[in-house]
Amino acid sequence: MEEINDSLSPVTQEPVPAVTEAVKTADPGAATPAGAEPEAPKKKKKKKKKLPPKVIVVENLGVRFRIQEQKVDSLKEYFVRLVKRKLNYKEFWALKEVNLKIRKGDRVGILGLNGAGKSTLLKCIAGVLKPTEGTVTVKGNIVPLLELGAGFDKDYTGAENIYFYGSMLGYSKAFIKERFNEIVEFSELGSFINVPVKNYSSGMKARLGFSIATVVDPEILILDEVLSVGDAKFRKKSSKKLAKMMKKGVTVLFVSHSSEQVIANCNKAIILDHGHVIASGKAEKICAQYEEMISDKN
Amino acid sequence: MKEFINNLKKFRFLFWELVKKDIKLKYRSSVLGVFWTLLEPLLTMIVLTLVFSELLGKGDDNFPVYILCGRLLYGFFSNGTKVALKSVRKHGTMIGKVYVPKYMYPLSAVVSNYIMFMISLIVLVGVMIFEKVKVTVYIFQAFVPMVLILIMTMGVGLMLSTFNVFFRDLEYLWTVGLMLIMYTCAIFYKVDKIKSASNLWIFKVNPLYSLIYMFRNSVFGRSIMAADGEIVGAGYHFWYALIFSVVVFLLGVLVFWRKQDKFILYV
Repeated sequence: MEEINDSLSPVTQEPVPAVTEAVKTADPGAATPAGAEPEAPKKKKKKKKKLPPKVIVVENLGVRFRIQEQKVDSLKEYFVRLVKRKLNYKEFWALKEVNLKIRKGDRVGILGLNGAGKSTLLKCIAGVLKPTEGTVTVKGNIVPLLELGAGFDKDYTGAENIYFYGSMLGYSKAFIKERFNEIVEFSELGSFINVPVKNYSSGMKARLGFSIATVVDPEILILDEVLSVGDAKFRKKSSKKLAKMMKKGVTVLFVSHSSEQVIANCNKAIILDHGHVIASGKAEKICAQYEEMISDKN
Repeated sequence: MKEFINNLKKFRFLFWELVKKDIKLKYRSSVLGVFWTLLEPLLTMIVLTLVFSELLGKGDDNFPVYILCGRLLYGFFSNGTKVALKSVRKHGTMIGKVYVPKYMYPLSAVVSNYIMFMISLIVLVGVMIFEKVKVTVYIFQAFVPMVLILIMTMGVGLMLSTFNVFFRDLEYLWTVGLMLIMYTCAIFYKVDKIKSASNLWIFKVNPLYSLIYMFRNSVFGRSIMAADGEIVGAGYHFWYALIFSVVVFLLGVLVFWRKQDKFILYV
């Protein structure tokens, strides 16, 4: 099993010792030779107490999609194809045998090319996608930071959307009421807060979304390529806020194509390729490997 | 099960936010606002009375009140199922991003329409006073069809919202289906005016007619268990509507439950 904390990186082959639990369930099918250091766990046993608790455990995760060559989404078409016997599917695994353990306070960058399975992995962790096989265990509340205010109702005003969007994220009414001013202030929307969201610029929407999502102290924060919100000034402010949250020990999952962003924001990283975790470990090392991987492909 | 109850507590606020949003946005851009809820059934009632009272309305019951009873119940069923049908698709983007119990969407759609239906009952009270329809203790029976129609609409709404995820043209099919249901509900005609006996089976199988029948009986001071002319015997409409509603509700829950994990792949 791969442990983000300090597992092997298949390329560098440095004998980084794996943590105890990492080997117990060593998965033969995993792409990484995780069980290659059988001696390692014993040495590390003393250190175990010091480690923060695991907040996300992904075990043997697999997600299979059925893709139809042509999407059938109407009854008419369905019956036409049923009669013609053309309802064939292609199967493919978006994720296969993925094992991860993320500890509290880890900031994990998830690198990978388009279609590597990054978003699918996040969806499984967020609990919106049920895996075909394997399990995902998450302790603590997850707050996703969505792109450009997805989830707002465009006919609702900003103020109404604070309540609506907040309730979507599972906040209580009392909590939103209490923090309402803080949200408005942070979003810098001023009197625009009483204008329907459909009249907002994309920057304003992003600012409001960011302010609502980060007003709570989530235990796990999911960032799906959203750090580039708003203008330069707000970007500075939002990274400051994120840094503050990270200091408080929030666990972050950060998806990106860019290894620079990952180095800047994360301490650990993994690389996904065609649904497999092909490397995991310290951010700098993994990012270097990722850069290498990209240049190889070119 | 425990998880289900915890979830229910956690997302109770979201549920009411969804209900509120439906109601608020429906009337936001209209000048008359919520008054449309009252005006719309009133106007349809007037039109239908003018058109059909000579032709089909002869009888003991006050015709405008007769029409309004049917019209209000059918209106709730039709609006509730129509909005529920689209609800899961409408919130498709959020389903892919944040975990929320998905039954919130169709159920909140039905509940918001139910609240508007309750408000529209004011019209019925008004017209009853205006037409001097005598109110009896039987009026309290009205809560039976009113509870059953809520359960039935939820069941149908859950099913439709599920199927609509996989088949988008269901929306149009359901519009046709609703029209069929409307014409077989005896909203603007009286059943005893139907001459051919071979068509009367319609009123035995249409559960919405059973509900409307019970509701009218409550309003006009008769028992909901009374026999419906020569069509069915005593108690038939009550038992039929009760069993149908409960079965449809359970079926709706089952269908939704079995398919909800696949929604994200299709929306």
